[in-house]
Amino acid sequence: MSEAAGLEIRGLSKRFGGLEAVSRFDLTVAPGEIVGLIGPNGAGKTTVFHLIAGFHAPSEGTIRFEGRSLVGLKPHAICRLGLARTFQLVQPFAGLTTLENVMVAAFNRAREVDEARQEATRIVEFVGLGPRRDSPARHLTLADRKRLEVARGLATGPRLLLLDEVMSGLNPTEIEAIIGLIRRIHERGVSLLIIEHVMRAILALSHRLVVLHHGEKIADGAPAVVARDRRVIEAYLGDAAAEAAR
Amino acid sequence: MAAVGARLAAGLALIGLAAVPPFLPKYGLEVLIGILFFAYLGTCWNILGGYGGQFSFGHAAFFGLGAYTSTLLLLRLGLTPWLGMLAGGAVAAGFGLFEGYLSFRYGLRGPYFSLVTLAFAEMLRVVAVNLKAVGSSLGLVVPSGSSVVAFEFAAKLPYYYVILAMTLLALAITRLIARSRMGYALAAIRENEDAAEASGVNALATKLTAMAVSSFLTALGGTFYAQYFAYIDPSLTFGPSISIQGLLPAIVGGAGTVLGPLLGAFVLTPISELTRAVLRGRAGADVMLYGVILILVISFLPNGLMGLRRSRRPAAERAT
Repeated sequence: MSEAAGLEIRGLSKRFGGLEAVSRFDLTVAPGEIVGLIGPNGAGKTTVFHLIAGFHAPSEGTIRFEGRSLVGLKPHAICRLGLARTFQLVQPFAGLTTLENVMVAAFNRAREVDEARQEATRIVEFVGLGPRRDSPARHLTLADRKRLEVARGLATGPRLLLLDEVMSGLNPTEIEAIIGLIRRIHERGVSLLIIEHVMRAILALSHRLVVLHHGEKIADGAPAVVARDRRVIEAYLGDAAAEAAR
Repeated sequence: MAAVGARLAAGLALIGLAAVPPFLPKYGLEVLIGILFFAYLGTCWNILGGYGGQFSFGHAAFFGLGAYTSTLLLLRLGLTPWLGMLAGGAVAAGFGLFEGYLSFRYGLRGPYFSLVTLAFAEMLRVVAVNLKAVGSSLGLVVPSGSSVVAFEFAAKLPYYYVILAMTLLALAITRLIARSRMGYALAAIRENEDAAEASGVNALATKLTAMAVSSFLTALGGTFYAQYFAYIDPSLTFGPSISIQGLLPAIVGGAGTVLGPLLGAFVLTPISELTRAVLRGRAGADVMLYGVILILVISFLPNGLMGLRRSRRPAAERAT
């Protein structure tokens, strides 16, 4: 066996009826790497996340994590392997408290209730939700719910965390705080694959940027290079803007 | 301090439940047995329906399987219902796993799951009606006598202590589940199944476990019914009214709380007795009044009577 390397996706396609949402998509995330996945609305980014995390079955292609195939595994089994995700539209356990939400995820590693509670308490503090620890999740603000999504993902003890637009709908101060949080998560040795529309944030965080357009990858490289790529500018702003940018 | 107070109250209530009944008149004892019987069924239903959010409308299937299994074993093989009830529990748990696997594996949620459980119970009722070997629609008469070994008592009081013990056992099991990893997993599934899976919760296995426990315990209630009333027939045991009357105490008292079903039964059964007494002779009127009261309770107390308590403790741990 070769040295198990992070996430490896080869030739991934997903068709919904006649619509090809993702088409022959390749992606790698090396251990310790932060990769940004960007693209216009409807490019297929969230579909890629659903495919990786086991919520959709691929039409074609392979998805391997640390050398093991994820295709056909249920979401909880993929989570147990050390690959966690957050949801773009936050999905808290509304009737449970912040701490209980995180405890559910902490049971992924912990056996005992006390152990799960201790681990969840640490993570709730880590993401800055300490003061809201015992609030029902339905009473949290959007910014706090986004933090809760991250906390729950983190509590499962992942080596790779998929973040789906954890900054959307937040104000600049809140975005700064989340950027800091993501950096601290990375310092704990977690690799990250991030979908984000907030360009400033994704350029600041990513080691590498992958651009998806109409389900196909059109760029993959250093953020500064990708941001000046002609096809990327076309995809975002149309041909005329690309002409003007030349 | 609040915890000490609650413990004291629970202790006093327990002493009352154990010590008072010998001094009750026959009717009072019957009502109390009825209360505990429905508290027991509600508690069994609550494990899957209240904690896991899987609303079964067909727990009569398990109830009937318990009643019929132990009664047939008694009539045909002379096996004591004390053992027969365990066999009934096993049969019901097996059926529950089969029913649950079919429903959960194919992603039936919410009302679809409810309808499937209702259909399974109705199916068993129709089978029992048409099967001569199990007495068809005439039902089965359970021999009566007075023998502890045979689970037959001449007086009501022993039955009272049996159903009291069963209810306490079911409450203890619920409390154990609620405070364990499984309790958190069930609550997560109830709140959001996709997010639960994404957090590493094996939703299928968790729901099936809850189904097995809930159906096993419900079947024990079926055996109790058979021994207490000494008669069972398909509509009494497999009919929808047992399913509904079993889930109402949990809904009214507070689904997903340990003591909710007990509280619900203590409120509902007396109301039902009262409406029946007040409207004696007008067929169906008592059921209508009972229905109106239910509608009011559910409209104004969506979280049940336990929702009235402003508990500052976390939802998954609201154990007392």
